[in-house]
Amino acid sequence: MRIVIAEDSVLLRAGLTRLLDDGGFDVVEAVADADHLLRAVDEHRPDIALVDVRMPPTHTDEGIRAALVIRHQFPAVAVVVLSQYVEERYATDLLSVRTNGVGYLLKDRVAHVTDFLDALRRVAAGGTALDPEVVAQLIVRHRPDPLERLTPRESQVLRMMAEGRSNNGIVDALRVSHSAVEKHISSIFTKLDLPAADSDHRRVLAVVKFLQSWPGLAQ
Amino acid sequence: MTSASVVRLRTAPAALWAARSWRATAHAIMGLPIGVLTFTLVCGLPVGAAYCAGWSLLYASTDDWPLTATFLLLTVVAPLAVLWSLPALTALQRRRFRATLGVAIPALPAGTGDGPWPVHRARAAGTGDGPWPVHRARAAGNGDGPWPVHHARAAGTGDGPWPVRLARTARAAATWRQAAYHVLALVIGVAGAALTLAFWSAGIGLGAVLPLQALGLLSDEAWWPVTAPTAVLAVAALLAAPWVARGVARIDTSAARALLGPSRSDELTLRVESLARSRADVVAATDAERRRIERDLHDGAQQRLVSLAMNLGMARANLTDAPGPARQAIEAAHDEATQALAELREFVRGLHPAVLDDRGLDAALSGIAARVPMPVRLSVAVPQRCSPVIEAIAYFVVSEALTNITKHAGATHAEVTVDRTADGLRVVVTDDGRGGATTAGAGTGLRGLAQRAASVDGTFALHSPVGGPTTITVELPCVS
Repeated sequence: MRIVIAEDSVLLRAGLTRLLDDGGFDVVEAVADADHLLRAVDEHRPDIALVDVRMPPTHTDEGIRAALVIRHQFPAVAVVVLSQYVEERYATDLLSVRTNGVGYLLKDRVAHVTDFLDALRRVAAGGTALDPEVVAQLIVRHRPDPLERLTPRESQVLRMMAEGRSNNGIVDALRVSHSAVEKHISSIFTKLDLPAADSDHRRVLAVVKFLQSWPGLAQ
Repeated sequence: MTSASVVRLRTAPAALWAARSWRATAHAIMGLPIGVLTFTLVCGLPVGAAYCAGWSLLYASTDDWPLTATFLLLTVVAPLAVLWSLPALTALQRRRFRATLGVAIPALPAGTGDGPWPVHRARAAGTGDGPWPVHRARAAGNGDGPWPVHHARAAGTGDGPWPVRLARTARAAATWRQAAYHVLALVIGVAGAALTLAFWSAGIGLGAVLPLQALGLLSDEAWWPVTAPTAVLAVAALLAAPWVARGVARIDTSAARALLGPSRSDELTLRVESLARSRADVVAATDAERRRIERDLHDGAQQRLVSLAMNLGMARANLTDAPGPARQAIEAAHDEATQALAELREFVRGLHPAVLDDRGLDAALSGIAARVPMPVRLSVAVPQRCSPVIEAIAYFVVSEALTNITKHAGATHAEVTVDRTADGLRVVVTDDGRGGATTAGAGTGLRGLAQRAASVDGTFALHSPVGGPTTITVELPCVS
């Protein structure tokens, strides 16, 4: 399996190269910064790019930005980002492009050689490898309940949808116009982040969300 | 006779010829024309014009209206000219003091009435003189920190259309104090120059009489009875003249210092400004130092430790056929290394997370909240970023508060809320622990939190009844 490494510490670059060679990977190039990484990926089209987050020149998030470029421009290349610290925000960026073929791990994990190599193979095969620490950070954030964003009238409409009423039934019950009900429903879909792909399905999803918000119903 | 006066008597003849005396004399003499000039411009012209205008209006015949109009116009224009020329006159006097006496009259703080004129502008740009630390501080950095003092000054010196600036200058206390000195300069100038000249000329003039008499050029019988008193007077005048000149210089200097220099409240303002600035510098320097240490550890110790742990991990994975004790030693070393790595990571991230600079407070906080060994609910709403120093302090507050809760509170849940207020950042950390926390207790770290908040004029509030819950509220100024 062909791999490109980007790591600015000489010591770690050499160590990773040896580790991967021993583990049966084919390290096609090991570089020290993001520019060289992008050039190497373009040239070799490897199976995996293994990227450090902090690299010259600014030593902030070059690795993440380079990884995003790779995910956009070279969809066939799996990306594993390694870092001294894993940050939920960087993980969200990486996953926002695609959730497959991506990994984001603490550098500590490299020390557990077999686990690390397994994670690399899993990502190369189209899987995902997120550090437990990242998952912990994602869980900690308080995301407001989307139902809280609904207006009282929209909640009422959603409640009636959950009761199984059709649009006509809602029009009769609320004594409002057809177009008003349709407007409320499309606004509910928007607020609950339900994409416009297949509209019949969306009605069910909205109701499911509504039911899940009841205490005791959510599993 | 005290020893001090003995010294003074002994040094009197030497003092006569000391450069200082000649400079004081020059200062007193120069004071006369300059005093006349400043008095004329500041007081004589406006008052004279007003008097003439009043006289013309009351007594002049109507045919003389052009003259009356001219006087009226002068009455209006002269005070404006005074305001216009004050800074230049003050600068002239300052130059006289520096040139003749080597005395630097302290400059006025910016925005207190030196006005928006070129002289002032040049000084504000950092070319100001004087022993004032503020000058140096101001010249060194005109940073845009979040400091209230900076804010206040920015509000006070704002430029606007010239009538507004002129009105502001006219209202300023410093303007009136300067004008008072320029009027007083006539009195000091006339009296000082007269006294100084009188003593020197008496000494030299009378002294000249005696040799003339001795040579027989002045053989008038009438002179003989007064020879001895003349001699005594001449010597006395010559001995006294330097002291008179210096006395005049001293009085002039104290008047100038009091009226041309900063007033007591100006000085306090400057002092507060300088203290606020130096405190801001210290806070910023501490912050920079934490970043530097974080960077050094990240690039050095952490990478080496990762490399070591990786090599030990490879050894552990590959040397499965090694003898038992050797394998155990490798396993122990590997565990030790990964443990050390985790501890170092924890410590270094607490110093200053790189993601804080890069993505801000919101992104950085999930890292600490996630590592606390209890459920923490985090909600951050900071649409506009604050300055790096404030962000670093807010991060430190949350980090320290959560550490504190973990160690002492016996809590099962914690909640962190950060949001922007109108002009600041509010950080609230709550736990459901046993309460009873105080800033007085040793080792709780709460006092450190209060100090960090206070270092940027922030506030710290602790609400912790026995039995809980505990709430820490920290508000930090955040002028962006």
